[in-house]
Amino acid sequence: MASSFTRILSSKRNVGILSIVGLFTTGYTVSQSFCMVSRAQHAEYPDLRKHNNCMASNLTPAIYAKLCDKATPNGYTLDQAIQTGVDNPGHPFIKTVGLVAGDEESYEVFADLLDPVIKERHNGYDPQVMKHPTDLNATKIQSGVFDERYVLSSRVRTGRSIRGLSLPPACTRAERREVERVVVDALSGLKGDLTGKYYSLTLMTEQEQQQLIDDHFLFDKPVSPLLTCAGMARDWPDARGIWHNNEKTFLIWINEEDHTRVISMEKGGNMKRVFERFCRGLKEVERLIQERGWEFMWNERLGYILTCPSNLGTGLRAGVHVKLPRLSKDPRFSKILDSLRLQKRGTGGVDTAAVGGVFDISNLDRLGQSEVQLVQTVIDGVNYLIECEKRLEKGQDIKVPAPLKQFK
Amino acid sequence: MAAMKNCHNDYKMKFSVDEEFPDLSLHNNHMAKVLNKDIYSKLRGKSTPSGFTVDDVIQTGVDNPGHPFIMTVGCVAGDEESYEVFKELLDPIISDRHGGYKPTDKHKTDLNFENLKGGDDLDPNYVLSSRVRTGRSIKGFTLPPHNSRGERRGIEKLSIEALSSLDGEFKGKYYPLNGMTDAEQEQLITDHFLFDKPVSPLLTCAGMARDWPDARGIWHNDNKTFLVWVNEEDHLRVISMQKGGNMKEVFKRFCVGLQKIEEIFKKHNHGFMWNEHLGYILTCPSNLGTGLRGGVHVKLPKLSTQPKFEEILTRLRLQKRGTGGVDTASVGGVFDISNADRLGSSEVEQVQLVVDGVKLMVEMEKKLEKGESIDGMIPAQK
Repeated sequence: MASSFTRILSSKRNVGILSIVGLFTTGYTVSQSFCMVSRAQHAEYPDLRKHNNCMASNLTPAIYAKLCDKATPNGYTLDQAIQTGVDNPGHPFIKTVGLVAGDEESYEVFADLLDPVIKERHNGYDPQVMKHPTDLNATKIQSGVFDERYVLSSRVRTGRSIRGLSLPPACTRAERREVERVVVDALSGLKGDLTGKYYSLTLMTEQEQQQLIDDHFLFDKPVSPLLTCAGMARDWPDARGIWHNNEKTFLIWINEEDHTRVISMEKGGNMKRVFERFCRGLKEVERLIQERGWEFMWNERLGYILTCPSNLGTGLRAGVHVKLPRLSKDPRFSKILDSLRLQKRGTGGVDTAAVGGVFDISNLDRLGQSEVQLVQTVIDGVNYLIECEKRLEKGQDIKVPAPLKQFK
Repeated sequence: MAAMKNCHNDYKMKFSVDEEFPDLSLHNNHMAKVLNKDIYSKLRGKSTPSGFTVDDVIQTGVDNPGHPFIMTVGCVAGDEESYEVFKELLDPIISDRHGGYKPTDKHKTDLNFENLKGGDDLDPNYVLSSRVRTGRSIKGFTLPPHNSRGERRGIEKLSIEALSSLDGEFKGKYYPLNGMTDAEQEQLITDHFLFDKPVSPLLTCAGMARDWPDARGIWHNDNKTFLVWVNEEDHLRVISMQKGGNMKEVFKRFCVGLQKIEEIFKKHNHGFMWNEHLGYILTCPSNLGTGLRGGVHVKLPKLSTQPKFEEILTRLRLQKRGTGGVDTASVGGVFDISNADRLGSSEVEQVQLVVDGVKLMVEMEKKLEKGESIDGMIPAQK
């Protein structure tokens, strides 16, 4: 399938080849210069010696040579996909992904690089042989209402991409505006507790902006070089906006890091209700866009297709803000989280620190398990953490649980 | 070699002009003033032989609406051909930025340092340092917004070869950003030679920081009076400088050094990009022509507080900056004074304006120190 998307060497590369050839001699013909192809590819190969990200760990000169002259039908290239990973060497402790998809086809055309990256990032999920299960049936959830003396808020988020339109790293202004149009149109069809309103970043009033800030709904132009180097902030704030329901429990970001980010949330510990609304809202939005002839990007190999390979599968992060002042100081805390397949963050989200013993606890996995499975994992895990905290309050000892099996 | 099409651009053509045209309603830069749907419609289907398109040209201006007081350019060239293929957009911008320069005007290049009159007697009690910089682009390679890693490395390789062949007062050494020792880095910082990865969104949105610090570096002569930046905002930035007020010497070294370097590049069939209409071709349209900024750090604590200071500078065709360079404030009454023009006058003419203008302003400062009036000294518009 990849071969049908192959493009011959771009003229830019030809200029590069002939210039390099010119350094050494004169009089090479164009056909002879193609014998220099491997030398030219070597000249183009990024310097990744100081890099620590999934792209740098998996890219090889052989893979680069194979993929560097290919392009998706929209014209997206390997160099574009890896640019963010070349520009951001990463951190010795934090391993970033280091590449993005410009469109749905990127995952096919550049599979030779993306598949090993996905396998590494998703803890062994092998996209070449495994299938990803999708399950948005919230009735399957067991318990899921937490002790509110500990759980302050509950939240589930995911992303969805509109099939047929390029993703944020590559989309044109017209495509981005089309995403906005399609999604806003569909959202205007939501009813009942999901009835809501759209606030375009370019058109919102000062007052609306202040309210969105107070509600912690407003998103800003990305400043992280991980995103800006991938081209996701282009043309800001054109066609970006925020939709939320009147009750402020269902929120959608349009054209930020993905076509859409969908968030269901509320204060307190009723994760079951949050997830139920999440599933209902998502299915309703999907029905509404399908009515208009659109659909979400999805396949059985990778699940829901999003910009960053780390968000494939469910794209789901289900989490709570939970008070664990004693447990968080216990040296076994990290190991317990690992066994439960959970991760901790500060209450400002990714890359923030905890404040007052309150942590953001969410699922580690995204791909290879369904939404129901991941949310159940969070529910069971958070209940266990609360039990530990209660035991420590009473001076009792706690146990590190046996590690959960990763792929069910 | 047949020009290859840019297939992403072809894909974009299926959307209408209205659907693709950027929203420039809040923008204040040269590109936003000039671009309209008509021009966009004419140019959007085109690309240069290397695949640079009008959207690539304008991206930085779309992403950076600008400032109410400072008018940025808002566009860049991706290669030499950009200035031809996108003439309809770039010519009016060039005219706006360069004082009415017309598409039919010719630019004069004069790097004959002997044509500079005076410049060796600026009072070192006032003129603390003198500096001349310009940029050069190497023919056959695309420019920093567009070039690939292979091209950038090719530029670096050629530059090292050219610079390492220099001798006499120009003998020096190259320090690649991606390989210098800690000690070398410290020394370059102390000398104020080290350049950093660009953080300005004006540059990053134009793609100039890609693959940093690959193939970027600094070369300077042993005397630390001649410095070349490789692959920063342009292929080459060439700087001649020294303490004190001997601009004549600085300019001589500048001209001689540049011409020596150019000879070597020409031998490899990679001369500098230049044409008789736009002079030296650089990434930003504001640097066309000579690409030259010749200036001094000069103490003008009294003159700078005079109400007529700005007027004097304008009439002398000079501009002021703080001593940290563009977008910095002055410290202790010391200003960076340099030529305002780049295109439409020669290197000699521009440096002459600096030499004559600074000389006059120092005399004014001395007069003000004695409590005398400078009213009789206000120059006519040059």
